[in-house]
Amino acid sequence: MRFPLLFSIALSLAASVAQAETPRDFLTRFEKEAGAAASAERGGRFFTSRHGSEWSCSSCHTERPTQGGRHAKTEKDIQPLAPAANAARFTDAAKVDKWFRRNCNDVANRVCTAQEKADVLAWLLAQK
Amino acid sequence: MKRTLVLLLAAASFPALADRYVVPKHAAFEEECASCHMAYPPQMLDAHSWQHLMNNLPKHFGTDASLDEKRRVAIADFLGKNAGGRKTGVTADAKGNPLIRITETERFVRKHRQIADAVWQRPAIKSKANCTACHTTAAEGNYSDDNVRIPR
Repeated sequence: MRFPLLFSIALSLAASVAQAETPRDFLTRFEKEAGAAASAERGGRFFTSRHGSEWSCSSCHTERPTQGGRHAKTEKDIQPLAPAANAARFTDAAKVDKWFRRNCNDVANRVCTAQEKADVLAWLLAQK
Repeated sequence: MKRTLVLLLAAASFPALADRYVVPKHAAFEEECASCHMAYPPQMLDAHSWQHLMNNLPKHFGTDASLDEKRRVAIADFLGKNAGGRKTGVTADAKGNPLIRITETERFVRKHRQIADAVWQRPAIKSKANCTACHTTAAEGNYSDDNVRIPR
């Protein structure tokens, strides 16, 4: 009886480890979807420039996302977005998808392409 | 007579009680609603207002605050159950349309009538949505005058 219990614990542990993702996993995913390698330089330009809306990504996240930012409207503090400064970033697929969906809509009035996501993430990963 | 006196004394010793909101714990509400602004107490709008707000999250005060449907329903349900109350009353405009800005509700306007525009515009405040700028204990649901410090 004890063995199946241990076995199921081991299985669920293995499952939770498999679910935990790293920023690199997301970069790989976006590059695969885009069918091309990411460009950190292009990502930095995308992040800091406007795309037809009032805000850019950097309006809230600043141009140095190893630092914290502030919401451009509500003034609420925002924790650093760069994984080097905030280990919680880009580790949860539901959150990553939710924030890209919302923020691309706010900044560009559309969904972002896989290439844009890959580029931005590559740039964020390069911020130390 | 004696009982009235006791009640009056009790009311006088807790003038701040009326400005405290007890918000039940709700993980999804706290996580989702407090990512871009503080989690405003559900009691500050009536159920009709919350329903209207939660049905329009993709256009939430000019930003996309959309949620997956399961979470949206769970939070809408929580807000509906804890909405409003006697102090808040009906939160609708003169035509009866639900208000979604707490700052436009009768209670908010009345409570802040002495705050000049120039004060709202101070760099440390900037937005009427920034409760904690002045209400130092707002995050705990305590909006008592005793804990107000208006930044210069």
